[in-house]
Amino acid sequence: MRSGNAGNGMGKKTTTKRTESEVKRVLYERPRALLDVHTHYCAGCGHGTMHRLLAEVLEELGVLEQAIGVAPVGCAVLAYDYVDIDWTEAAHGRAPAVATGLKRVHPDKVVFTYQGDGDLASIGMAETIHAANRGENITVIFINNAIYGMTQGQMAPTTLIGQKTKTTPRGRDPETTGYPLKVCELLDQLVAPVLLARTTVVTPKHVRQTKALLKKAFQCQMENVGYSLIEVLSPCPTYWHMTPMEAYHFIEQTVTDSFPLGVIRDVKDRA
Amino acid sequence: MDSEQPEGKVALVSGNEAAGEAAIRAGCRFYAGYPITPQNELTAYIADQLPLRGGVFIQAESELAAINMVFGASAAGTRAMTSSSSPGISLKQEGISYMVGCELPAVIINVQRAGPGLGNISPAQGDYYQATRGGGHGDYRCISLAPFSVQEVCDLTYLAFDLADAYRTPVILLADGMIGQMMEPVRFDHLPAPSPTPRPWALTGTPGRKRNVIKSLRLPPEELEAFNLKLQDVYATIEQREVRLEVTGPDDAEVLLAAYGTSARICRQIVERPLRQLPFKVALFRPITLWPFPTAKLAELAEKARGILVVEMSAGQMVDDVRMAVAGRCPIELLARMGGNIPSAAEITEKLITLFA
Repeated sequence: MRSGNAGNGMGKKTTTKRTESEVKRVLYERPRALLDVHTHYCAGCGHGTMHRLLAEVLEELGVLEQAIGVAPVGCAVLAYDYVDIDWTEAAHGRAPAVATGLKRVHPDKVVFTYQGDGDLASIGMAETIHAANRGENITVIFINNAIYGMTQGQMAPTTLIGQKTKTTPRGRDPETTGYPLKVCELLDQLVAPVLLARTTVVTPKHVRQTKALLKKAFQCQMENVGYSLIEVLSPCPTYWHMTPMEAYHFIEQTVTDSFPLGVIRDVKDRA
Repeated sequence: MDSEQPEGKVALVSGNEAAGEAAIRAGCRFYAGYPITPQNELTAYIADQLPLRGGVFIQAESELAAINMVFGASAAGTRAMTSSSSPGISLKQEGISYMVGCELPAVIINVQRAGPGLGNISPAQGDYYQATRGGGHGDYRCISLAPFSVQEVCDLTYLAFDLADAYRTPVILLADGMIGQMMEPVRFDHLPAPSPTPRPWALTGTPGRKRNVIKSLRLPPEELEAFNLKLQDVYATIEQREVRLEVTGPDDAEVLLAAYGTSARICRQIVERPLRQLPFKVALFRPITLWPFPTAKLAELAEKARGILVVEMSAGQMVDDVRMAVAGRCPIELLARMGGNIPSAAEITEKLITLFA
């Protein structure tokens, strides 16, 4: 599961010849909605894994034909080129407002946003908080890689203290730039959200946990329970200036100190 | 006002309320807005009526959120609207540009107030450039409709939804604080049942069809240029088909007043009920579409005119379009009031006499 490229690594056909009886039992294949194309993502990026999980979950829930995605501005803007459902782009940070309009018009559809940390927690923080506070019945997939990837590595609101970026060349100094912003904990102050969780995709175990949480988040929406947000700590080897493996270890060993993994709120079953 | 208006009856309503009622009658089923004076009666009317009549009202957390909720609702395939006043409309420009880039219809009502900055809450016409030149980033135009009575607010709001559908574009209704707040007798019963155009591009989930993707990102320059050329073709069609104007006064007028909205309202008084006898005949040229501007008609009138007095509640913005249309055929003068001041009939009359007697 270490390959970040949805289209390349994971569903790849083996070159080894197999007997007919071996071929009959399919253990792993491309989800229906994951388009058979190369992604533009860098090696080791977490978006590929998340796109695959998204496609798997929507298919397993039987809602591919009801799904409407809202793509962000950022590295994942081209998500619609990879996942074969209805999509719209949103202006930078505005995905929750766009999703609000979509969901209120189509309460029977499954509407989700897919956003990065700059989009969701910086320029779009107002839209994020207010959609959550209204308890919009949408699912928010929040990819937190602690940096602006598409614009080549500037500080994000989630950048770690001391982390070097293009705009914090000597490391993030909280005296002048504040502290890593914990979105799940912030939203946990609100009454309306029903599921807030932070997870990652750096080990097979984490990928399975992330898939389960993602599924639960969509189920919340399908059962009209309300707003859910799944935050995914995601590696950005390119702008962390690491190899993919170093980036994966960095999340497990360091990023999770600032952003502890776990379910922050789950009131799906509340009375 | 009472939405159960009996057939054949007139109602006494404000321009803001008339816009709300006309929008609902035009089939608008989604509205998102943010409080700002002098358009709050519109939001209040919609908040009261729209949910009772099968639609969604949302008080958004910001102007940005409001326009982007409208973006989402339009993408979902429903007729959608937002309204605001000048400072709020500035904030909505990002969303309007994106809607153009995504070919999404919507109606945006600007009940103008005086600027720049926070300015004040008095009527003004300082947003003419913003409304007629696109307003946000990129090469685009929005159809801009300028009502000068409460009845026209009603009729043009209804029309705005049809135009937005027909050309898949945001349409601006450019009113001002005076038009929005004043009350006049209005009829709604002549408005036909709405007929939204089919929206095969809308996001509705994919049963039985291939997916739709609504986007304005076009990375290859050739692709983006081709899209821009397509927009320009649409604009050429709009300029050909959608020009609307009114000329009030004698056919053989020597002097023309040129004004829209509230300032046209004052000017019409001079043409129809002059304060004093003028030693020359005056007519009023009133664009109803500010874009597309009625260039050809004005050029024709200018051939026979001794001169034109443009009256604006701005430093002079429409006067640029008048100059381009007239192209030297006759002299053009300007009476400009700013800061929320409305030019008086006496002031305009004096100016006419000074210039043309």
